[in-house]
Amino acid sequence: MTEQTQAVENSSPSIGVSIFRIISGVLGHFVVKRFLFFLFVVWLASTVIFIIPRLSGQDPVKEKLLLEAQRGGAMQTGLDAMAKSYQKRFGLDQPMWVQYTNFVTDLAKLNLGVSIAFFPRTVNDIVFESLMWTLGLMGTVTILAFILGTLAGAILGWPRKPGWLQYVFMPLLTLSAIPQYLLGMILIFAFAFKLGWLPLFGGYAPATMPNLSFSFIVEVLRHAILPAFAIIFSSIGFWAIGMRGMMINTQGEDYMIQADAKGLKGSRIFMRYAVRNALLPQVTGLALVMGTIITGQVLVERVFSYPGVGDILFQAIRLSDFFVIRGIVIVIVLGIAGATFLLDVLYPLLDPRIRVRNS
Amino acid sequence: MSTEQAIQTYREGARITDVDALVIEGFSVYYETDAGTVKACDDVTFTLKQGERFALVGESGSGKTTLAMGLMRLTRPPGHIASGSVTLNGRDVTKLSDSEMRKTRLSELALVPQGAMNSLNPVMRIGRQIIDGILDHLDEDAGVPTKDELQETVRDLLIRVGLRPGVARLHPHELSGGMKQRVAMAIGISLQPNLIIADEPTSALDVVVQRQIMQTLGRLQEGLDASIMLVGHDMGLVAQFADTIGVMYAGKLVEVGPVEEVFSEPKHPYTTLLIRSLPSLQEKREFLGIPGLPPQLIHLPQGCAFADRCPSRFEKCDESIPQMINLGGRRKTACHLYEGEGQS
Ligand SMILES: Nc1ncnc2c1ncn2[C@@H]1O[C@H](COP(=O)(O)OP(=O)(O)OP(=O)(O)O)[C@@H](O)[C@H]1O
Ligand code: SF4
Ligand SMILES: [Mg+2]
Repeated sequence: MTEQTQAVENSSPSIGVSIFRIISGVLGHFVVKRFLFFLFVVWLASTVIFIIPRLSGQDPVKEKLLLEAQRGGAMQTGLDAMAKSYQKRFGLDQPMWVQYTNFVTDLAKLNLGVSIAFFPRTVNDIVFESLMWTLGLMGTVTILAFILGTLAGAILGWPRKPGWLQYVFMPLLTLSAIPQYLLGMILIFAFAFKLGWLPLFGGYAPATMPNLSFSFIVEVLRHAILPAFAIIFSSIGFWAIGMRGMMINTQGEDYMIQADAKGLKGSRIFMRYAVRNALLPQVTGLALVMGTIITGQVLVERVFSYPGVGDILFQAIRLSDFFVIRGIVIVIVLGIAGATFLLDVLYPLLDPRIRVRNS
Repeated sequence: MSTEQAIQTYREGARITDVDALVIEGFSVYYETDAGTVKACDDVTFTLKQGERFALVGESGSGKTTLAMGLMRLTRPPGHIASGSVTLNGRDVTKLSDSEMRKTRLSELALVPQGAMNSLNPVMRIGRQIIDGILDHLDEDAGVPTKDELQETVRDLLIRVGLRPGVARLHPHELSGGMKQRVAMAIGISLQPNLIIADEPTSALDVVVQRQIMQTLGRLQEGLDASIMLVGHDMGLVAQFADTIGVMYAGKLVEVGPVEEVFSEPKHPYTTLLIRSLPSLQEKREFLGIPGLPPQLIHLPQGCAFADRCPSRFEKCDESIPQMINLGGRRKTACHLYEGEGQS
C-alpha cells in the first residue's frame, strides 16, 4: 500500500527511476534471487567442466582416434591429419576464448555438442533418450520408495501403533543393508535366471523397436520390475529410519503434549501434528536425492543393462567419448542445481518459519 | 446455595459454590527408572470447589507437573498412575476409557501450558489450532459448524483473551511469548471447561506481561465460573491470585489452606521457611534460603522427607511418615508436630 501512495506522490520523477525501482523490486524477490543463484552455479560448474579437461593437456579427439586405431590394428599414419580435420569439426582448433564463448553460448541454447563415439549423433539426443529411461524408472521408483519408506517410518515412530507392526516392518528394513547392485543380482538370479518369470536385462526386448503399443508398454514394465524392486527395497529403509527418528523427536515436543491435552483425535495428531513436522527434513532429503538420481543408480543400471544415463555414462567412459561424458556431467549439474532451486522455492510453502527469512 | 460463598476468601468478586469440582484422593504417580521407582507424586489428597482458585507451589522437582499431567492422564512412560482417584464433576477420570478421557480433555478439563515454550504447532495457523480442538469434540448427532461459524468462534475467543482477530491467520513464530500464552488460553477456554490447569503459565515472561496474563486468566476463569489449579514458583503471584494454596514437598502435599491464613500463619515447618525466604520491601535483610537440598525421590527416608532440613525435627520424625492432619477451617498439614491437634 505504501508503495502505491509513493508512486502517486512521485509521479513526476523520470521513468528511469521507476524502472530502476521495478527492477530492484524484482531482483529483490527471493524466487528471482534463487534463480539467479541457480544460473550462477550452473555457469560456475560448466566453466570448471570446460577448464579441467584442458588442464590435463590431453586431446580427446586424438585419444579417441588412437584408441580406434589400436583396436583396428596398426595403421597410425595420417592419424594426425585425421585428428586435425576432426578437431576442426569440433571447433577444437580455435583459440581458447573462442572455444569458451562457443561453449557457453551452446550451453545457453542447451546444445551439448556431438558425440565422438556415435558420430554424428548429438549428445543431446543420446543423453535425452537415456534420461527418459532413467527418469521414468528411477524417478518413479525414488518417489515411490520415499512415500512407502516415510509412511513406514511414520508408523514405526508412532507410540500408539499396534505392537505387531514392529515385527512386520523391522525385517523389511534390514533389506536396506544390502547394497542395491547385490540385491539386483540376487533378484536377477532368482526371478530371471532360475524362475524365468522376468527378463534378464535391458529396458525392453532386444528385437523390438520402441513404440507406444500396448504390448511394448507391458514389455517395458516387465523389464522395470526387477530394477525397481532392487532400488525400492534398498532405499525404503533409508527413508523409514530417517522418518522414524524424526517422529520420535517430535514426540518430545511441547506441541505434541499440548495436542493430547487438547483432546484431539489420534489420527489428527498423527497426520497434522507429528507427521507434518517430522516430514520437513525428509523433504530436504528427497530433493537432494532427486538431484542425484541421474547418476545415483549407475551400478543398478549396469547390473540390469538398463539403457539409462548411468549405462550411457559407463559406455562413454569406456569409449572415451569426451563430449557425452561432458554432456552428462552438465545434466547432473543441472539436476542438482535445479533440485536445490526447487527446494528453496517450495520449502517455504511447507515451513512457514522459512518464509520470514526470505521476505 | 449457588450464590453463597462455600469457602471464605478475600478475593473480590469470587463466586465459589459448595460443589466439588475436583476431588483427588490418594493419588500417586511413579516413574519406573533403572535406578528404582521415583515417587514423584505420592498419596496426594485435596478438593477443589467450583469457582475456586487453587495454587500448587513447591520447589523445582517436587512433583507439581507430575501431579498436573497425571490428573489429565497425560503421564508418559516410564511414568504411570500408581493409585488413587481423580473425581471430576462426579466421574472418576482414572476409570474412563481412553476415548472418553480424550473427550473429557478440553471440554471439561483444559491445560494452559507454559507460555514461552513451544506448545503451538509451528507449521499451523493459530486459527486452525483453535478450530482443531473444537472439531474433535463435536457431538456426533449435532451438525458440523460451517466455516464461517468456526471463524466467528475463533474471532470471539481471540478477542476474549485480548488479541486482535487477525492473529488467527498468523503462525506461532510470528507471535511474542505473551501473545502465545494468550492463544494457549483461548484454546483452553474454547469449550468452556470447568477446570483449568495452568502449569507455570507465566514463567519466562517479563513481570509486566506476567501480571497482564494472570489478570486475563483470572477474568476468563470468573467468566466461565470455572475452577483453576495454578502451578507456580512465584509465591507473590500466587498470593495475589489464589484462594487456596497447596504446598508440595518431595512428591507429597504437606500443607493446604486459604492463602491469607497460610501466609500469615504457616503450620508446616517447610511452608514457614518458604514464606520466610520471600524477599520483603519492609524489612531489608539477608536473602534467606532453605538450607540443605530436597531428598532424592528414589531414596526417600523412612520418616518425614523434610527431616534433614527441618529446624523442629524430633524423634518421631525419623520413625514414621507424617499423615495429613485436619486442623479445622479448611487447613491441613502433614507434620508430626500437629499430631495432637487433629480434628475429624
Ligand atoms: N520421565 C521421567 N522419568 C523419571 N523421573 C522423572 C520423569 N519426569 C519427572 N521425573 C522426576 O519427577 C520429579 C518431579 O518432576 P516434576 O516435573 O513433576 O517437578 P516440578 O515440581 O514440576 O518441577 P518444576 O518446578 O521444575 O517444573 C523430579 O524429581 C524428576 O526428576
Ligand atoms: S514431621 Fe518432623 S521433620 Fe517433618 S516437618 Fe514436621 S517437624 Fe519437621
Ligand atoms: Mg513443572
